[in-house]
Amino acid sequence: MEVDLSSAQAIIDKHRQQKKALIPILQEIQEVYHYLPEPVLRLVSKKLGLPLIDVVGVATFYRAFSLKPRGNHVVTVCMGTACHVRGGPKVLEEFERQLQVKPGETTPDNQFTLETVNCLGCCAIGPVVVVDGNYHAQTTIRKVGRILKPLRKEKS
Amino acid sequence: MSPRKSTPKMRRLSDLENIIAAAKESRQKETKTVIAVSSGTCGQARGSNRLIEAFKKALKQDGLRDRVILKATGCHGFCEAEPNIIIYPQGIFYQKLEPKDVSNVLNQTVLNGEICEDLLYVDPVTGEKPTKEEEIPFYKKQKRLVLGDNPRLDPTSIDDYFSIGGYGSLLKVLSSLSPEDVIKSITQSGLRGRGGAGFPTGKKWAFARAQKGDLKYIICNADEGDPGAYMDRSLLEGNPHRVIEGMIIGAYAIGAREGYVYVRDEYPLAVANVTLAIEQARKKGLLGENILGTGFSFDLHIAKGAGAFVCGEETALIASIEGRVGEPRQRPPFPAVKGLWGKPTVINNVETWGNVPIIIEKGAEWFASIGTNGSKGTKIFSLVGKINNTGLVEVPMGITLREIIFDIGGGIPGGRKFKAVQTGGPSGGCLPEKLIDLPIDYESLTQAGSIMGSGGMIVMDDRTCMVDVARYFLNFLRDESCGKCISCREGTQRLWEIVTDITEGKGTMEHLTLLEELALAVKEASLCGLGQTAPNPVLSTLRYFRNEYEAHIKDKRCPAGVCKALIRYSILAEKCTGCLACLRVCPQGAITGELKKVHVLDESKCIKCGACFEACQFDAILIE
Repeated sequence: MEVDLSSAQAIIDKHRQQKKALIPILQEIQEVYHYLPEPVLRLVSKKLGLPLIDVVGVATFYRAFSLKPRGNHVVTVCMGTACHVRGGPKVLEEFERQLQVKPGETTPDNQFTLETVNCLGCCAIGPVVVVDGNYHAQTTIRKVGRILKPLRKEKS
Repeated sequence: MSPRKSTPKMRRLSDLENIIAAAKESRQKETKTVIAVSSGTCGQARGSNRLIEAFKKALKQDGLRDRVILKATGCHGFCEAEPNIIIYPQGIFYQKLEPKDVSNVLNQTVLNGEICEDLLYVDPVTGEKPTKEEEIPFYKKQKRLVLGDNPRLDPTSIDDYFSIGGYGSLLKVLSSLSPEDVIKSITQSGLRGRGGAGFPTGKKWAFARAQKGDLKYIICNADEGDPGAYMDRSLLEGNPHRVIEGMIIGAYAIGAREGYVYVRDEYPLAVANVTLAIEQARKKGLLGENILGTGFSFDLHIAKGAGAFVCGEETALIASIEGRVGEPRQRPPFPAVKGLWGKPTVINNVETWGNVPIIIEKGAEWFASIGTNGSKGTKIFSLVGKINNTGLVEVPMGITLREIIFDIGGGIPGGRKFKAVQTGGPSGGCLPEKLIDLPIDYESLTQAGSIMGSGGMIVMDDRTCMVDVARYFLNFLRDESCGKCISCREGTQRLWEIVTDITEGKGTMEHLTLLEELALAVKEASLCGLGQTAPNPVLSTLRYFRNEYEAHIKDKRCPAGVCKALIRYSILAEKCTGCLACLRVCPQGAITGELKKVHVLDESKCIKCGACFEACQFDAILIE
């Protein structure tokens, strides 16, 4: 797959190719590409003068980075303690059943990526699910279908 | 909210003095009604943005824009009642508002001074309807030194912060105190780190001050990774200038020229608000070269975390700012001696920085008069889980768990029984009911097998399984362990495997001895706080809830009805009304029946997803 490297190049230049800016550079790249494509990581390594292993090390150490392309919609289920005791795991299982993927995976039609997060800090309104940046409070098993329905419609 | 006119860059101390005085006066003289809408992340998740739009529209339509100031503030702390508003100057508190309520609020309360009864908070115990914020039991016993200004402030306006006397402590420091005076004051106040370990803040500053060299750094640790704790998010979202003011004072005290706010990427609103606040402070001349003509220079940057819990540990956090993998390193040398880029660095937590301006303003003695012998001031706790009044509570140190959970928190929902409270996040422990009268401070919590931590307080009832809670934290820790020490990397993994076996009915009594032995090894042999405290959740549940472990092992039973492998679902014929609700939601078609006839659950098809339990309105689904 051909990847357009120009945006990544611009981000690296903006940070004046500084080694210490590796994490912000990867964050900004991910915002544009929605993941970290391999050719981009190679470019970052070359331009910053860092061994590729160090770049990949950072990219795989931090949870926020993804080396795989993500779907059009990202569903993030909070796994914080408060969400856990209020039934978060059951909500996650329902998403797994309805989307037929496990956390970290993307549906074959590339529509949905299911992810978990350790805590979003909205503990009072758990279980919390964030879909494309929109927060859903006090989710239940029954609300899962309602959350997915409008997004599925969009597709057809 | 029209954009406020901005004042030019300040160049002298007297400029700041004048600005604060003018802003305070204009707030005092304000005759308009102020409607403060709680708009932190939770408020927004509950619809505060729609509410604000509705207010804006109505104010325009009714021609009230010159009589009412609408303020989108940070979190008011009472998350259960979101979205809520406070109407000033009266302090009227309305909760759970919807856009349709807006016209009543404006017509009845703002125009006619009448109270909208149906929007008031109802005390679930007494049935009373307090009108004002301070009369609500949730707020009554609190002492909101750090969070109290949130409802009074538009966090995107530096002028609003000036109008409550903000940056007054910085003015006092720069005009009349030497760095040594500041450190002395912080030391005498008895302030200890609010991020977890409780190290005396003044002492840390003194170490850094004493180091030679002119390059030193200040860091605000806003990598609030403990699941269940969100006070730092709330403070950064709702009152970012307070934290920045604390940091500038700290920089002056230790002699730092540069600083970082390391904030979680999972907190987009906090990142936005603190970024904006730094820009505003820079424009006003409160950050940058030669601040207010005093010769003191200091600037602040944002570093965004990338989702690694271990980066809350200070040496890992430093590695992360330097662009590396967030692995902790051996201490000493402590960061106060050798920190960011090898230079002396003071790292304090958000809440600690937020306490600094008030100590300067009101004095060390005043601050030290609050709290217990060893723990001074207040602490913010996030009271969440199985509790009626969820929210952020700020209380004096030394208050008992009972006061927090029952007086402020309003007890357990649904009349269920209180079982335990988990404090300190994954490094903490679970405290049982018999410790409910424990006065809370750093020492008492440690003695009880937990820790203060960053202040998460997760309340659990009789339907929470303590073995499952231990499994949950071990799963969290094995996932977040950075992998540097084998004791932590492999130890948390193995602990998790054993506890998981127990929750699946595959445990033996020997496992309990093995758990304790292994837990000790992980504790003793790990380098950083993550590993050293990782066994706490399993050790504290073993200490206080051993009978639950034994029920899972000997009787193959989960008393709380949580562990999937050990429970079964059935329908209670005497309670089932035949309403079809469970039948409709069952994803497996495991429930059969007709309208108004008792339904039947086929256990062989049941996947124990819990959908029927959630759907049943008549408590007819039995989990045992």
